[in-house]
Amino acid sequence: MGHSRFGDRSDVNLSELTFEAVQPSLEESGLTAKEIPYVAVGSMGVWSEEPLPAVVIAEYCGLTGAGLVRCEAACASGSAAAFTAYSAIASGQMESALVVGAEKMRQIDTPTVLEMIGRAGYYLWEFENFGMTFPAYYAVHAVQHMEKYGTTEEDLALVAVKNHRYGAMNPLSHLQHEITVEKVLGSSVIAWPLKLYDCCPITDGAAALVLASEEKVKELGVEAPVWIEAIGYSSDTANLSKRENYVGLEASVRASRMAYKLAGISPKDVDVATVHDCFTIAEIMAYEDLGFCEKGEGARMIREGETEVDGRIPVNIDGGLKAKGHPIGTTGVSMLAELTKQLREEVKPRRRQAPMKNYTALAHNTGGTGHYGYVTILRR
Amino acid sequence: MDKPLTLKSNRTLQITYNLPISRTSKFWEGLKEGKIYATKCEKCGRLHFPPVADCGECGSSNMKWIELDGEGEIETFTQVVVKPASFSKESSYIVAIARLKEGVKALAWLIGVEREDVEVGMKVRLVARVTSDGRVAYEFVPI
Repeated sequence: MGHSRFGDRSDVNLSELTFEAVQPSLEESGLTAKEIPYVAVGSMGVWSEEPLPAVVIAEYCGLTGAGLVRCEAACASGSAAAFTAYSAIASGQMESALVVGAEKMRQIDTPTVLEMIGRAGYYLWEFENFGMTFPAYYAVHAVQHMEKYGTTEEDLALVAVKNHRYGAMNPLSHLQHEITVEKVLGSSVIAWPLKLYDCCPITDGAAALVLASEEKVKELGVEAPVWIEAIGYSSDTANLSKRENYVGLEASVRASRMAYKLAGISPKDVDVATVHDCFTIAEIMAYEDLGFCEKGEGARMIREGETEVDGRIPVNIDGGLKAKGHPIGTTGVSMLAELTKQLREEVKPRRRQAPMKNYTALAHNTGGTGHYGYVTILRR
Repeated sequence: MDKPLTLKSNRTLQITYNLPISRTSKFWEGLKEGKIYATKCEKCGRLHFPPVADCGECGSSNMKWIELDGEGEIETFTQVVVKPASFSKESSYIVAIARLKEGVKALAWLIGVEREDVEVGMKVRLVARVTSDGRVAYEFVPI
């Protein structure tokens, strides 16, 4: 696997950025670009100039000729790309494949980014007349969660404080500074009750993974391979108004139950997780939706430190989307790259390494406002 | 670090979509008359709002139009302070989701009330509106 530094990467274009992730992933795997039969690229790509990001990336990285697809599942595009490659190998079609996440979001102004993401709910019924933004979509979840379970703005702030603390330890992370609850609560309102520090940044970044069959892994002599044990998937309505409630994401619940069942594990077997914390409330809902705690108990988990590196289930100890950054189509691939490092016990600095008991990790990647749900279980 | 070099493209693009509304025209015409319509599937009985011409529940395209009373109760809301580019001229706006007494829910702006005075459970009415620039829309007002 490979992973670029996340952040404002105006120093490189999309292809150059992606090369930073693709080249190390190939070198580590022992395969050359010419030996890769298929490439699945997770990218939304509306914020940078190339409408066909997969083809320019493939050419630049020497992958031309391989089977190629750009996968779109909004913020879960990276997981959709991983699922595409995983399924192709599992079906026997091929023995290996490259998964790429690539996004350059900082080539246009912030109001236009908000516009492009805001349109990605149900344009006709939520944006045309009502100008919903992504912070607003998650804010309506925060309001109902607070109303129903007594979750507070301070609880949300604790998620940001935790993820910034780990982000500051991660050299690949976009935001490298620690913050305090006071700083979160005092930051400007974006979509009430969510404030600036409740929101993930607008980030450039790329990540890549080489997937291979068991036989191919043996042939290549890969030491300590990390296996995709299961990928669970689901979706939810385009219209938020067609959902029963706003205290969680049903697509996450369904995708995680499917993944646990396929892998034959339960939430308590997970040693470390990355969850889709595009906004602080999203991490609290994810604890609940993934079964790390009972519904309504998410805020308690963050208050009691259960998701710290030495807690019951360490979550987002790479900084999460909140501090590491959320280059839309890259995020799912970045999660799998981080968990691969965790499972290999090679995270540096060591205080960011989760203790391994079962050598089992979980990646939770949501697209849109819970429109797409993917949960991947990795094992070493 | 030196400021990264970028080439500012001068190929600007303005996109205006034409949204097809022929099959739900009664809804859009209704707004101009101050009425809010939903569609009801004649086969399975499902009430749809926003209205649809085809029923995804049972596959039927046999729909009838039902006028909604519009009375409902707020389930959740937010206030959009940082606005998308095409809403930049608007003041901060409150968006609410309410369950209407017919059972369907709607998402719309809530007007005529300050955010501090909005509560989950508040009674509202969904009303049709024609904006000053001629756009047809609908919004919640407190009852």
